[in-house]
Amino acid sequence: MNGVDLIKACSAIGAGLAMIAGIGPGIGQGYAAGKGAEGVGRQPEAQGDIVRTMLLGAAVAETTGIYGLIVALILLFANPFF
Amino acid sequence: MNGGFGPYKVIELPGGIVISQTVTVTWFIMLLLTIFAYFASKKFDKVPNKFQNVVEVLVESIYNLTKQTMGEDKINFAPYMGTLLLFIGIANISGLFGLRPPTADVNTTLGLAIMTFVMVHYNAVKSNGIKSYLKGYLEPMPFLLPLNIIGELANPISLAFRLFGNIVGGVIIMVLLYNALGFISSSLGIGIPILQAGIPAVLHIYFDLFAGLLQSFIFTMLTMVFISMAMD
Repeated sequence: MNGVDLIKACSAIGAGLAMIAGIGPGIGQGYAAGKGAEGVGRQPEAQGDIVRTMLLGAAVAETTGIYGLIVALILLFANPFF
Repeated sequence: MNGGFGPYKVIELPGGIVISQTVTVTWFIMLLLTIFAYFASKKFDKVPNKFQNVVEVLVESIYNLTKQTMGEDKINFAPYMGTLLLFIGIANISGLFGLRPPTADVNTTLGLAIMTFVMVHYNAVKSNGIKSYLKGYLEPMPFLLPLNIIGELANPISLAFRLFGNIVGGVIIMVLLYNALGFISSSLGIGIPILQAGIPAVLHIYFDLFAGLLQSFIFTMLTMVFISMAMD
């Protein structure tokens, strides 16, 4: 096994590890959706505003997971070392 | 359709100018929007016909969204936000028609995010004056200046990578699914990849239609929120 092969293998492992970051947004978005459902249940007439705010919050909570995805994509497709 | 990253070369003009697939699909979307705008604004009747009704509802809902998010005094931003919403929306759902979405290229999304960044700072200086704009970097304490600058620079990057990551993730999953279905149907001994028909439709609806339209809405909403936050 030469050096490039080792780098490729380690990059694949690293990409898998980077996607562990997906746990955080999952929990965060689930929490946001739960609170949104709670809010709609309490105040059904404000559903439009609640859904819009919830989607915006969920999108911002997603950012860290997207960073993990970008790191994984760079490791697999745009790796500077091979 | 290929997986992965970055632009795909279509042709290379003399002088080293590369025309990538992103550029050609963007031209196509520009043509589509221009034709739509031409026919939508060609003639207005007092009693609107069906097409004019649809256009009026679209324009009115964009104006209402801008008014609700940014306030009555910033209603002049509505045309820009509508353009952003329509362009990103059509770009994201172009994956449904077998094209590669231009937003699956980081150059497009970073360009859009830099436009937002310039607008945020230009309007902040314009509405608050250069003195209080620069003073805002020294709050709450002067030694937090580097952190404030990094925080401002992180905004366009997170805006760009959110859109890019969502779209390119969907594209990669679709490519993997198509390859897997082709492999399964060829190992079942069928000459044509028959499994590729029908099964991916559900994922197309999620990744292209739902996530694409949602991401265009979120990009526009965040642009509106950033600009109105910088202006007050």
